Amino acid sequence: MEFPEDLKYSKEHEWVLVEGTVATIGITDYAQDQLGDIVFVELPTVGDKVSKEDAFGVVESVKAVSDVYAPISGKVLEVNDDLPENPEMINEDAYGDGWMIKIEMSDLDELNDLMTAAEYEEFVAEEKE
Amino acid sequence: MKRTPLYAAHQALGARFVDFGGWEMPVQYTGIIAEHEAVRRRAGLFDVSHMGEIELRGPRALAAAQALTVNDVDRLHDGQAQYSLLCRPGGGVVDDIMVHRLSNERFLLCVNAANIDKDFAWIREHRNGAEAINRSDEFAQLALQGPRATEILAAISTLPLPQIPPFEFRDGLIAGRQALVAHTGYTGEDGWEIYCAPDAARPLWDALLQAGAAFGIQPAGLGARDTLRLERALPLYGHELTDDITPLEAGLGWVVRFKKGDFIGRDVLVRQRAAGVERQLVGMVLTEPGIARQGYSIVHGDDPVGRVTSGTKSPTLGKAIGLGYVASVWKEVGTKLGIDIRGRFVGAEVVPLPFYRRQI
Repeated sequence: MEFPEDLKYSKEHEWVLVEGTVATIGITDYAQDQLGDIVFVELPTVGDKVSKEDAFGVVESVKAVSDVYAPISGKVLEVNDDLPENPEMINEDAYGDGWMIKIEMSDLDELNDLMTAAEYEEFVAEEKE
Repeated sequence: MKRTPLYAAHQALGARFVDFGGWEMPVQYTGIIAEHEAVRRRAGLFDVSHMGEIELRGPRALAAAQALTVNDVDRLHDGQAQYSLLCRPGGGVVDDIMVHRLSNERFLLCVNAANIDKDFAWIREHRNGAEAINRSDEFAQLALQGPRATEILAAISTLPLPQIPPFEFRDGLIAGRQALVAHTGYTGEDGWEIYCAPDAARPLWDALLQAGAAFGIQPAGLGARDTLRLERALPLYGHELTDDITPLEAGLGWVVRFKKGDFIGRDVLVRQRAAGVERQLVGMVLTEPGIARQGYSIVHGDDPVGRVTSGTKSPTLGKAIGLGYVASVWKEVGTKLGIDIRGRFVGAEVVPLPFYRRQI
């Protein structure tokens, strides 16, 4: 299980990569492992506004449907257009090719609510018990 | 939650577990799609020990089985099995089952795990002087399925497998353990279902995985079992079948033998056959992105016309497939329907069933 140091993490198992005011968002390695084979992804469209803790997308595994929650608020700048055709990329590379959206953040203070890699790793360990 | 004798074996294989009908069962080991493909191309081994076994015994056993089930038990010879249904007087399905004729006075019914108590109560109530015995605790059950299944089983069994046609079974030894070996399955592939004593389950499981290693066998969980049976359009109780759905609505008219004489539910089914059913189970392929799930509404234009009972992305076909009930006017192949997926209407088309059939 990977927990890259340069990312921030939410309790809903999304990761955030911050570059200036732009945040790239996906689901974590732990989340994809729990879901199993991902076969469908629904993403917002460029220009949509997303609000922290609201669902912005859907991932479906063979067995289950799960919402993906925005870890942070902002406006969608870009979506990963390759995902709908290749949803398994989330299983294969959750922190890389499996990224979901990029947003222009509207409130940088929200970043303080997210976890560091070490905090998230501990959070996952507790959830597993 | 109840556990099968193979729980520790599943744990050792890194299985992920799920509650299924009160049983803590492996849903997947490596991944549902990989396990699904192993069964279609090579072989998979399932623990289905949660299934129930109820025996009808005695001079009245045949008459009781005939009254309780819709298929014709009289057509069975010793060592033969048939798919059948227990129906209520109103035609609704109590359970779908396999009937095994052990002898002319002994019939072993294999029933769904979640229905064991309900079925046993129903059978006891309608046993017509036969002895009804719930033997579920006496059996573990393994399903060895896939194109290489027979070779794998032959490697560790003295049974004359080529002489056991589909839907027949024999008693014999596998890896030195006594078992009832049935040429049956629930995946759409060739394969075997192996009934054994609970304490023989682990040795048999290990021996089959070992013998199967050279053939690319994989342990397979309930996740793959569900996608496999759905591609083959085999009904799953609680989805396509319930106490309120009749065999004719479910497309299982071929199981119902009206000519055999009376059985529970016959009068209603005779009338329904004459009048036609108001709703019908259909297969659908989604023509737009999305996945249908149980409970989703089926629409025609903006009008709700039915409900999805099972849906998934088919690993073999690479398409989203679903089963569901629609008002009978919409049952024809080629009919354009929609599925209400979280408020979005996604296109679907009625297709012939099954979605997948093994090439022989």
